[in-house]
Order: sequence, then C-alpha cells, then structure tokens
Amino acid sequence: MKSAQTPLHRVKGLGASHSGTGHFWRERITAVALMPLSLWFAYAAIGLAGTSTSAPLQFFAHPMNAILMAAFVIISLYHAALGVQVVIDDYIHSTGMKIFLFLLVRLFVIATGSACLIALLRISVF
Amino acid sequence: MAENPQQPALATRPLSPHLTIYRWPVTMMTSITHRATGMALTGGALILAWWLVAISNGLDGGYQQFMALAASPLGMLVLFGATWSLAYHFFNGLRHLAWDLGYGFDKKLAERNSVIIFALSALSAIAIFAIVWTGHGGYLQ
Ligand code: HEM
Repeated sequence: MKSAQTPLHRVKGLGASHSGTGHFWRERITAVALMPLSLWFAYAAIGLAGTSTSAPLQFFAHPMNAILMAAFVIISLYHAALGVQVVIDDYIHSTGMKIFLFLLVRLFVIATGSACLIALLRISVF
Repeated sequence: MAENPQQPALATRPLSPHLTIYRWPVTMMTSITHRATGMALTGGALILAWWLVAISNGLDGGYQQFMALAASPLGMLVLFGATWSLAYHFFNGLRHLAWDLGYGFDKKLAERNSVIIFALSALSAIAIFAIVWTGHGGYLQ
C-alpha cells in the first residue's frame, strides 16, 4: 500500500508524537547534573538554617555560591517542566487542555525561576 | 445477565487480578512515589523562591517572618515533607538512571532496593532535621 506520509514526514520519522528522544534525554542530563547540585544545596540549606539575615546575605554575595544556586534553580526548574509535561501527557487526553497546561507549567517555571534569579542578582551584584 | 451455559469452564480460566484485591508490589509504590515527590518538589520551588526573595530584601525585609513561619509546626511539617521528597527523589532518581543503563531489573533486587530507598530517604530526612534541631545547622555564619 502506498503510504500517505509526505517524504519529509517519513524522513523525520517522528510519527504522531511530533518529537523524538530529545525530551527523554534532556530529562536524564538534567537529572545527572542535579545529583551533585542537590548535595551542594543540602549543604547550603542546612548551613543557613536558623541563621539571621546577614548569614545568607554574605553566603550568596560570594559569586561561586550565587552561581551554584542559580544553576540549581535553572536546572531543577527545567527538569521539573520536562517531568510535569510527562505527567500531563499521561493523564490529560484532550489536545486543547494539554496545550493549556503545558503553557501553564512553562509560565510557572519561568515566573518562579525569574524570581529566584532576580533575588540572587540583587544579593550578589547590587 | 443471561445464564451462561459455560459457567464451570469459565470459572477455571485464569482471571486477571482485580485492582481492589491486587497486592500492591513495593516497586509500584516506589514508582508512584517518584512521580508524587517530583510534583511536590515542583511546588516546593515556590518555597525556595520565597526564601531567596526574602533574603534579597535585606535586613528587616521579611526574612524574619519567613524564618518564624518555617519554625512553626505547619512550616516544619512542610519543610520535612520537602526534605524527604528531595531525598527520596534523589535516591530513586539514581536508580532510574541505573535502569536506563540496563542495571537493576532483577525482580528480587528491585524489590529489595525499593525498601532500601524508602528507608534511606526517611533516615536522611530525619538526620537532616536532627542536625538542625540539635543546633548543628547554621554553620555558614
Ligand atoms: C536530586 C536530583 C534529581 C534526580 C537524580 C532526578 C531524577 C529524575 C528522573 C530520572 C526522572 C525520570 C523518571 C521517569 O522516567 O519516570 C525524574 C522525573 C521527575 N523529576 Fe526529578 N530528579 C531530581 C530532582 C528533581 C527536582 C529538584 C524536581 C523539582 C523541582 C524534580 C521533578 C521531577 C518531576 C516533576 C518528574 C516527573 C515525574 C514523572 O514523570 O513521574 N526532580 N527525576
């Protein structure tokens, strides 16, 4: 039987899902990066638990600490957006609702991430 | 329903287990818990944002209120949940990556590892809270 696929569609080989293994791979790469970063995060969070304001201010004024925290924030939220997308894919079956929730998740991670990064900039740069 | 003439033959046929009487394998628990902790941590990012913003407001900029809330019973419950979620997701995430490399699929091993991961994550969260509670946290003064 002659295929109804266009040559471009066949060459891309992605079928009805519109994407390949990229999503899976990014979820794993971010997971690997998060392993050392979350250990560092635990060290920082325990070390700052119960201190007065000047301790975290001084801690994040150090560029290395600000950069590590920024990396933890960005990579966690990227990993989280990829992860929540899989959960939505599993449970929501109407395309419109799916797209709406995907956008909502992106809005959430961008807003939360921006708040964290601007706070870090205010502490460490300004 | 109409009388089934083949009732006895049907009754001896193997039936798929019904959900309500199905014994939950521990590996099923670890799988759903990975998803639940991932979702909880995603929401928990708001606490991290709140904490960083409070710090960035400088002296007397809401940090004391954040710390007071964190030290309240509800605050501690939420923070304990977040701590355990990260510990669990960390250990089970490690196992996910091992699975992706093709290791750890043996049934008995997977069941034993599931129990270890539940125990290890609970112990880690308790240990972290014990460190802070006994005043051994806050070393980054
Ligand atoms: C500590 C380091 C972390 C590691 C090693 C890790 C590892 C993983 C892995 C391997 C998966 C894929 C699981 C699957 O295929 O079913 C995953 C899923 C997920 N992770 Fe993480 N993760 C980490 C931290 C985080 C953090 C900090 C968040 C949230 C801010 C998060 C949120 C999620 C979510 C929402 C999912 C999707 C759950 C699902 O599909 O059932 N993870 N994680």
